[in-house]
Amino acid sequence: MKKTSADVLPGLSEGGAPGDHPLLAVDNLHVEFQTRAGVVRAVNGVSYTVGPGETLAVLGESGSGKSVTAQAIMGILDMPPAVIPKGEIRFKGTNLLKLSEEARTQVRGQRIAMIFQDALSALNPVFTVGWQISEMFRVHRGMSKADGLKKAIELMDRVRIPAARQRVHDYPHQFSGGMRQRIMIAMSIALDPEVLIADEPTTALDVTVQAQIMELLAELQRESRMGLILITHDLGVVADVADKIAVMYAGRIVENAPVHDIYKGPAHPYTKGLLESIPRVDLKGHELYAIKGLPPNLLDLPTGCAFHPRCPYRQDNCVTDAPPLHEVSGTRNSACHYWREVLDGEHQ
Amino acid sequence: MSNPTPPVGTGLPDTQTLVTEPTQAPERGGKKAKDGKPASLWTDAWYDLRRRPMFIISVIIIFVLLVMSFWPSLFTSIDPFNARSCDLSTARQGPSPGHLFGRDNLGCDLYSRTIYGARNSIIIGVFTTIVTTLVGSLLGIVAGYRGGAVDAVSSRFTEIFFAIPAILGALLIAATFRGKANSILLVIVALGVLGWPMTYRIMRAAVITAKSQDFVVAARALGAGAGRIMFRHLLPNSLAPVIVVATINLGGFIAAEAALSFLGVGVLSPDISWGLMIADARNRFLEAPLPLVFPAAFLCVTVLAFIMMGDAVRDALDPKLR
Amino acid sequence: MASTSERILEVRDLVKHFPLTQGIVVKRQIGAIKAVDGVSFDLHKGETLGIVGESGCGKSTLAKVLMALERPTSGSVKINGRDIAHAKGGELKRMRRNIQMVMQDPYTSLNPRMTVGDIIGEPYEIHTEVAPKGDRRTKVQELLEVVGLNPDHINRYPHQFSGGQRQRIGIARGLALQPEIIVCDEPVSALDVSIQAQVINLLERLQNEFDLAYIFIAHDLSVVRHISDRVGVMYLGKFVELGKDTEIYDRPAHPYTQALLSAVPVPDPDGREQRERIILQGDPPSPANPPSGCRFRTRCWKAQEICAEEEPLLQIRPGTAHESACHFAETHDVVHVG
Repeated sequence: MKKTSADVLPGLSEGGAPGDHPLLAVDNLHVEFQTRAGVVRAVNGVSYTVGPGETLAVLGESGSGKSVTAQAIMGILDMPPAVIPKGEIRFKGTNLLKLSEEARTQVRGQRIAMIFQDALSALNPVFTVGWQISEMFRVHRGMSKADGLKKAIELMDRVRIPAARQRVHDYPHQFSGGMRQRIMIAMSIALDPEVLIADEPTTALDVTVQAQIMELLAELQRESRMGLILITHDLGVVADVADKIAVMYAGRIVENAPVHDIYKGPAHPYTKGLLESIPRVDLKGHELYAIKGLPPNLLDLPTGCAFHPRCPYRQDNCVTDAPPLHEVSGTRNSACHYWREVLDGEHQ
Repeated sequence: MSNPTPPVGTGLPDTQTLVTEPTQAPERGGKKAKDGKPASLWTDAWYDLRRRPMFIISVIIIFVLLVMSFWPSLFTSIDPFNARSCDLSTARQGPSPGHLFGRDNLGCDLYSRTIYGARNSIIIGVFTTIVTTLVGSLLGIVAGYRGGAVDAVSSRFTEIFFAIPAILGALLIAATFRGKANSILLVIVALGVLGWPMTYRIMRAAVITAKSQDFVVAARALGAGAGRIMFRHLLPNSLAPVIVVATINLGGFIAAEAALSFLGVGVLSPDISWGLMIADARNRFLEAPLPLVFPAAFLCVTVLAFIMMGDAVRDALDPKLR
Repeated sequence: MASTSERILEVRDLVKHFPLTQGIVVKRQIGAIKAVDGVSFDLHKGETLGIVGESGCGKSTLAKVLMALERPTSGSVKINGRDIAHAKGGELKRMRRNIQMVMQDPYTSLNPRMTVGDIIGEPYEIHTEVAPKGDRRTKVQELLEVVGLNPDHINRYPHQFSGGQRQRIGIARGLALQPEIIVCDEPVSALDVSIQAQVINLLERLQNEFDLAYIFIAHDLSVVRHISDRVGVMYLGKFVELGKDTEIYDRPAHPYTQALLSAVPVPDPDGREQRERIILQGDPPSPANPPSGCRFRTRCWKAQEICAEEEPLLQIRPGTAHESACHFAETHDVVHVG
């Protein structure tokens, strides 16, 4: 008899009491990589929560730690070199980091699923897409080949792949980029996960296809009330779909807020800089504001606030004291000593 | 805008580019800038090599071997070509004072023979490697860069050579021209003619990979000619695997020479080579292992020294590994 | 402004087909990928022409043909009246001094085994008449300074720089021969958001300083709008619309342009529910076998019989002030809410 996830995770069954606990909570997570050159501090105390049907956008540039956090949630970090010295990842109250590998496998893919940027390399080129989608059912649900294939066709219909019945026997390279991303999405939602992590799902795609995929994700989320963590660097995509945003810089969350608040008035100089530095399709701007300098070296983070070498609001204490996550309002925080000045739009 | 500390990427398990400091470049770059001497791949590689212990050790070993090849009398006072230095009654004697390695099957001094054998073995090994590497690389780079018909023709031509069993072919060449040329030269030609296709294949594959990169397109857009693209851009980026194969081949050629000698067409008695010595000593190996062990050990050290040097050169030619 | 200044690039009926062949020994053509299929435009001194389109629309092939890296199947690319597409040998080499490019990927566009000094100095080694040997090092250091890098870093290797800095090195190499035209093929799409702005500002500053004309090819419509004076929209090897930036972005007339623009996410959540979104169905058809008549008709909501029979030409149509290639062209603002 195959164990279901409910057996391994007591209290995690569908009928549990999610009201007491957020669906998924990352709490003070730290991730380090031991390398020859030294310890790379990729994630330095990240906390966020996602509820059912909610979309959290994690915004950051390369090296900000946004993808590493997601990989830690999924439990797909290579350890070593990665180490998680501190922090908790709670799924409906259960700390995933404390679970056995076997129990973790039951969560991964079934309760929390993930889609990646590069759908072509995430799919195995030598198996048909039908085989790969139905594998989810064969492995986790013990279905027969024929039943699995039937489910695969259903799923391909659900993610709007035209002529699913014929195309189920095609290989990944026979699909366009957008269709491959749909196949990835089909695989990720196959077992009705409660949380879906999408890591730059549309970065490799053209705008018109990006629009199709984002619409599909929003629709699937409405149907199933999944919690969606959208990892991206695209401020436009975030504005389009997110309920709330966590902005990451140098492995920390520098600002989190409901989506409308952040675009109206950012409370952290980094967020503000990002918003001012992007060209817009609806406005012809003048010279773009450019955040000066370069992203920080994770082997040797700046003292105090990691953003201080690039910050126009910098004061002496920014160099020495790391700012805590100040409460700006009931629903938003900013890790800046001078968040009031930033919010008021006072330039130094 | 500008930043005083430019970062470099490190290869981490994380898919993102993490940013780290350059480890040793600043002081070096600074020093060179003061010298006013522009750096290039080759000068930087040389600068780097001089600091690699592995390179220094291998160069010392190779230097000693070369001295041994050209002035063997510096190492031994016995002349192995003098028939009087051998004494059949002392055949297979163990080491003794004056005869450090003992004596071989014919009662000749093993030490002096090993020293004198270095010349032929090293000349054959080094020159065959040079010939095969030059021919193979040159053809490979042209075929890889030009592609199309040039590539198709040269690749089919190479396959013909691949199809000939190396020792059999060499045997044929060496036997056909035997007596018409110097036997050492004959061995080099025989092994060289059949040895280059491997280098060709490797160079061609590396060039095809390098060719598709944007910096080659950028060079073409600047108006760079074929020569510049092949030798400034493609060659330095395709050299690493060729160097590795060349140094490994070197040992193979010395061993192949032994096989030819054994078949009676390579270096022949009374000439001496390690290959010949190993071949001679094989029959009596169980009763007298030393006549085989010593030349074989010299052969191993030689090959190892060249492989070490090849490794060091390959690493020095990759700026990312410095 | 743009139209009054000197015309330096004239592209006429440019076609580039890549033959599809079968057989190894005797090659037989079985078709062709029509990557660029009849493109015409002008570029004036100091102007930026943006070219947008999705992957496979032929914009990168167009860049290669403009740079004379590929020979066109037919058509001409005239720089100051002389056709680079059919130039050869010394003449071609001389003409290259006037048109240079900045490439997309800062990681593969610089030779990893050359120092920055060698990379930026290579143009002078190829075109020895531009700078005497003794001056080259100084020139390279000046260029490093112009693009905002430390001139002392001349002996470093590309891997010692970040992506944005490498892109500056690539720009310095493009500037070395003082060309009048620079073709930028997705120059910022591989960079982080905060670095993108730095590089875009640099390109704009250099344009003013050296009176450069840019062909700016990108898939990011926001970036193209920011930097361009005029914009051409490409679909399956052809321009479907060509006009001033305000004409294309505020009054697009071609349905494809409208769909493309409406799909661009605007970084402003207010009114996201009201924004008009035209979601195109399916993928673009294969450039090896484009639809008859109008190439966009298979995904177009306005398509009629005429669209399959008659190819709409790129021309000024009633009710619009700029060229578009649609039988039913009609301006319609899709980016602004309300």
